[in-house]
Amino acid sequence: MTEFDTIAAISTPMGEGAIAIVRLSGDEAVEIADRLFRSPTGKQLKDVPSHTIHYGHIVDPKSGRIVEEVMVSVMRAPKTFTREDVVEINCHGGFVSVNRVLQLVLANGARLAEPGEFTKRAFLNGRIDLSQAEAVIDLIRAKTDRAMNVALQQMEGRLSKLIRELRQTILETLAHVEVNIDYPEYDDVEEMTPRLLKEKAEYVRGQIEKLLSTATQGKILREGLATVIIGRPNVGKSSLLNALAHENRAIVTDIPGTTRDVIEEYVNVRGVPLRLIDTAGIRETEDIVERIGVERSRQMLKKADLILLVLNYHEPLTEEDERLFAMTEGMDVIVIVNKTDLPQNIDIERVKELAAGRPIVATSLLCERGIDELEKAIADLFFGGELEAGDLTYVSNSRHIALLEQAKKAIEDALSGIDVGMPVDLVQIDLRRAWELLGEIVGDTVHESLIDQLFAQFCLGK
Amino acid sequence: MEYHGGSYDVIVIGAGHAGCEAALASARIGAKTLVITLNLDMIAFMPCNPSIGGPAKGIVVREIDALGGEMGKNIDKTYIQIRMLNTGKGPAVRALRAQADKVLYQREMKKTLENQKNLTLLQGKVERLIVEDGVCKGVITQTGAHYYAKAVVITTGTFLRGEIIIGDIKYSSGPNNQQPSIKLSEHLEELGFELVRFKTGTPPRVNSRTIDYSKTEIQPGDEEPRAFSYETTKYITDQLPCWLTYTTEETHRIIDENLHLSPMYSGMIKGTGPRYCPSIEDKVVRFHDKPRHQIFLEPEGRETEEVYVQGLSTSLPEHIQRKLLETIPGLEKAQLMRAGYAIEYDAIVPTQLWPTLETKLVKNLYTAGQINGTSGYEEAAGQGIMAGINAAHRALGREEIILSRSDAYIGVLIDDLVTKGTNEPYRLLTSRAEYRLLLRHDNADLRLTELGYRIGLISEERYQAFLAKKEAIEREKKRLQTVIIKPTPEVQEVIRQAGGSELKDGIRAADLLRRPEMTYEHIQKLAPADEDIAPEVAEQVEIQIKYEGYIQKSLQEVERLKKMENKKIPEDIDYDAIQGLATEARQKLKQVRPLSIAQASRISGVNPADISILLVYLEQGRIARVSNE
Repeated sequence: MTEFDTIAAISTPMGEGAIAIVRLSGDEAVEIADRLFRSPTGKQLKDVPSHTIHYGHIVDPKSGRIVEEVMVSVMRAPKTFTREDVVEINCHGGFVSVNRVLQLVLANGARLAEPGEFTKRAFLNGRIDLSQAEAVIDLIRAKTDRAMNVALQQMEGRLSKLIRELRQTILETLAHVEVNIDYPEYDDVEEMTPRLLKEKAEYVRGQIEKLLSTATQGKILREGLATVIIGRPNVGKSSLLNALAHENRAIVTDIPGTTRDVIEEYVNVRGVPLRLIDTAGIRETEDIVERIGVERSRQMLKKADLILLVLNYHEPLTEEDERLFAMTEGMDVIVIVNKTDLPQNIDIERVKELAAGRPIVATSLLCERGIDELEKAIADLFFGGELEAGDLTYVSNSRHIALLEQAKKAIEDALSGIDVGMPVDLVQIDLRRAWELLGEIVGDTVHESLIDQLFAQFCLGK
Repeated sequence: MEYHGGSYDVIVIGAGHAGCEAALASARIGAKTLVITLNLDMIAFMPCNPSIGGPAKGIVVREIDALGGEMGKNIDKTYIQIRMLNTGKGPAVRALRAQADKVLYQREMKKTLENQKNLTLLQGKVERLIVEDGVCKGVITQTGAHYYAKAVVITTGTFLRGEIIIGDIKYSSGPNNQQPSIKLSEHLEELGFELVRFKTGTPPRVNSRTIDYSKTEIQPGDEEPRAFSYETTKYITDQLPCWLTYTTEETHRIIDENLHLSPMYSGMIKGTGPRYCPSIEDKVVRFHDKPRHQIFLEPEGRETEEVYVQGLSTSLPEHIQRKLLETIPGLEKAQLMRAGYAIEYDAIVPTQLWPTLETKLVKNLYTAGQINGTSGYEEAAGQGIMAGINAAHRALGREEIILSRSDAYIGVLIDDLVTKGTNEPYRLLTSRAEYRLLLRHDNADLRLTELGYRIGLISEERYQAFLAKKEAIEREKKRLQTVIIKPTPEVQEVIRQAGGSELKDGIRAADLLRRPEMTYEHIQKLAPADEDIAPEVAEQVEIQIKYEGYIQKSLQEVERLKKMENKKIPEDIDYDAIQGLATEARQKLKQVRPLSIAQASRISGVNPADISILLVYLEQGRIARVSNE
């Protein structure tokens, strides 16, 4: 049960504002923050007075690397919003870094807050007026149902299938350990040895790691939506890039492992993290296709999550424009018809035909017109048009990652238990925890299923 | 002829494993208690396995003992073999199991009941309860006697409308051809109880003289003296072995060919059987590619040649049972003494009970044991002692006693029953306990003696010994936390011999003990204590230090559980008046009527959003209450 643990969430709207705040509430809020916070003076948050703010860094305790420069406020119960201990970590705005801080907080003992949970706690702890009771209930009901819808949508397909398979593997292993315990004399059941258990645990860990690296949503959260801008020379690719970057404070990075001549920049559009690929090429007004060749750029486009295809409003469609449409068939494309400040020469009907239902946005980047519409189109695409920025798609994604990370940690605990020679039935505690955590992702933690498995898998009886 | 038979504080119906514990607990607490049984010669009868204990179940026996119950003491006086199981695994799953001398077990238990102060034994058949305004006030027997009491405990096992089935023969009967209890079952239905039909079975028994043991493997008991009860000091050392053999392909062929004669498959048996003890025909059907199944031959006592054929539970016709025996190595010429059979019986749906085992429908009426849908002597006894305690406390105007899931396996058992119900005869398994590392065989006394003493079931003498043990454990733990072991050549030698790596520096004794290869014995050698450390103290010190990390983790989870248990839900809450609850959750809540948020959250179909809503209402104190009309 989850009513009394420490919860955390990003409590500022995403993609807006100069700072973003990760808020923790609960008994362990200060303790968890202390695991991540390094002050230049060496002070610890547990020692600071209540309602004070402190400068320092958030450091990943595993790697020892600095993740973010922060101001941390410590507010102890009961004079806080939730009437519990509250810590607020003020980060620089921008999706990627604040999200990493949140992930660290979650990996170090906090649970991601459910929608409306801070309010709920405030309420349960007597902070909120009686008249708001019904509203809170509506909130819980509505948000939970919606979160479930979102979770279900995301669960369709590969991720959920993989997780279910993984859970089944763990379950069979658990049942095996259990049958050895509850029926020690059934000699025809193979004994689950530490070695065998280790093999299973390592397999599960490998699978979780694979999931963490391949789950698209997870990748997007950590790395941003891989975005490529394409278009003929002089259609305004560079202006588009600048407009997006200018508005959203791009971070220029040279990603190791990608082609040396491809530089990436991060921008945050209404809470959607975009990783703009080949910005150098665009700034030199060269198109990616020209620069790295048709075949490689085709590969690059295939890997992209989002393609911004820029056309010139002032000129008729060319063969090259048509070729770009052909190359991006079936991909997530937003068509941008730029230079609307000039007279129209483009055949809009033909553009609509080529776009085949994918969004078309008219802009004049020069006059800074249509940028809002473009950003909205990007956000709509990402959030499926159903959810506004800062809402649940992001939350549930983050939640899944957090759960996977926790499951991985549980497996690692199990493995280190095996290494120091702990008995199988103790190691099993951590293995079972991993199984439960994975179950939370797919919304399935029915206790009885272990017992069902036990009797389905083994032949027992008097 | 109707007549007034007498007045008591507590009446217990039935004297099986649940009834005996209920009656003894009640009488020992000081309630004037009457126990009525169909047959005084069948007190504490074991209709199935002649054994007590095993994983989870053995821990229940220790818990019963720590609470001041009788099962542990009684088996310690009467076992023919005892073994510690799972010794190669962690401390959490170790468990004792004893083979009982069945007849002696009954005789000893009967003697204990007969000599118990405040306790009256009576042979008779209860057919009705005296219920006035929803309150149970006594019982009426077949002979017309009216016995009055402030609380009544029903522990009728598999007797309620029992029916024995062998092949195509089916007849009304309790276990082992005892007379069944039919009218009481009908009466419970009249009172409004929802009953379910369960089924269980038992294997044939054969004559030991006709077994060729040379074709089987011997299974001896432990040489080390062992006992269930913390009070036992005399150990039985003269033990009898059990024997292991296997079914053959021929056995399976006969089963396959005669499956149509099995009442399980012909549709004659409608009751739900337990998955954990399937009949041999079930096993052959479900695990068809398994070439053989284990058969344990268990002697039923010292004064009898009867042997229990564990693993061959069946309801196939008698002549097929004979054929089956002929195919099993060692049993080719075995004389069948009793045929195996299946038994169907009525059980009450256990979600109709409060966690005290009092029924929600009829006040002051308690039920315990197989009637509540469980199976197993230990499960029955565990419920029996709790029902006995609560019935006596009701009669004497004392508090209710409920064990939590983190206190005892008995707590897990009762909570599962009353919160989740069961759709098959319920058996305890270690995997049902989420805090099994805390619910160990070795620490049952540390968990429950305090409570047993407070209730009045543990003697002053035993309590003082318990306190002394507790102090000794703490003292020794503290010592090991402070004593430093230095890397002298002698120390390095001991460590090397244990297979560990040498010390670089001085180390606290406790830290050294945490190394997997080190035992308390090693530490005692390296840093001897000034006082004599009793083995049971050493055991605690070793376990508590060695597994501290895991124990701490479990304790933290228990902390969270306790917080939720402290959020109480009023008994008369009106769930219909709470808006926002999902329909399924509302139904389940109305049915189970959980006493705390913790219990509510364990009901299947009640999801976290419903719990949140419930919490909101509780915090607001705006609970609509059902009027008690």
